[in-house]
Amino acid sequence: MHIWRVPARNLKEDMPDSILPPNQSPAAGGELHNTAYAEEAPARRPLSNPPSPGDSDILARAQAGDHQAFAQLYSLHKRRIYSLCLRMVGNVAEAEDLTQEAFLQLHRKIATFRGDSAFSTWLHRLAINVVLMQLRKKGLSLISLDEAMEPTPEEGPGRSFGAPDLTLSGAIDRLALQRAVGSLPAGYRLIFILHDIEGFEHNEIAAMLDCSIGNSKSQLHKARLKLRDALRTNPQQEARP
Amino acid sequence: MNHEHGGMSCEDFQSQLPELIGSGKIDSNHPHLKDCELCKALLADLETIAEAARQLFPVEDPPPKLWEKIETALKNEEGAEPVPGNSV
Repeated sequence: MHIWRVPARNLKEDMPDSILPPNQSPAAGGELHNTAYAEEAPARRPLSNPPSPGDSDILARAQAGDHQAFAQLYSLHKRRIYSLCLRMVGNVAEAEDLTQEAFLQLHRKIATFRGDSAFSTWLHRLAINVVLMQLRKKGLSLISLDEAMEPTPEEGPGRSFGAPDLTLSGAIDRLALQRAVGSLPAGYRLIFILHDIEGFEHNEIAAMLDCSIGNSKSQLHKARLKLRDALRTNPQQEARP
Repeated sequence: MNHEHGGMSCEDFQSQLPELIGSGKIDSNHPHLKDCELCKALLADLETIAEAARQLFPVEDPPPKLWEKIETALKNEEGAEPVPGNSV
């Protein structure tokens, strides 16, 4: 049992595109990325490089209204923001709209970024608010990040005391997991996506969601327990291709 | 029903799991896990789920046309002034 210290994922996949116009093919990894670094599990896949002098230059130019610099920021962050939106809403068209809205908001607010947190963390927080607003419009009972992070007690997964029960098989197929993730309450889904799919560390998530690191760990654990319940309740779905 | 293994009940062990997992301080050598099949199975399942999430959900690229839409919206917001820089 050592999955909690997993080897780094394919860096090429995780790295942002290099500084190219947004419509060009991504290169094999980029330079500009200033997400905060993980502090707890160094062996986890690295998401980002430390900020380089060029990073702050691009950010400063974008803040000053340089459209080309803003396009570079889009290139660097579009994949992670789009993936977050897609995982949260499960719909391509909606994810595109949310990504667009997130970057439009970024354009409106970028001058207010003061560097109190990593830019990527700040941008993700902005995107998360866009997503949660959309979920609220769709009738989900989400008002704020605080509420997203505090599921009602009846939403909580049960612990696993008592007699041994079914355990998951060694492999879970994508559709089954996708379905189970989609069935999570939005708060659990958000933190599961940020940590287990997007690969953010708890300290980064805590900064994004304005919660404690302990709360982030606790909510992630509950999300995984709920997924376990869901996957065991519908074991036949695991066998689907 | 609750079990006592390695000097710790399942309830106590599981209440510590979020912190143990979140800080990467859990492995099969934990005293409770050495002879508690229930918690061992629980941890294995959580590992399977976390690993599946990493493996099955790659980072996705938005379609190239999305930037065009954003640029158009930006131009509209800026009063239809031509936006300098790259175009698509």
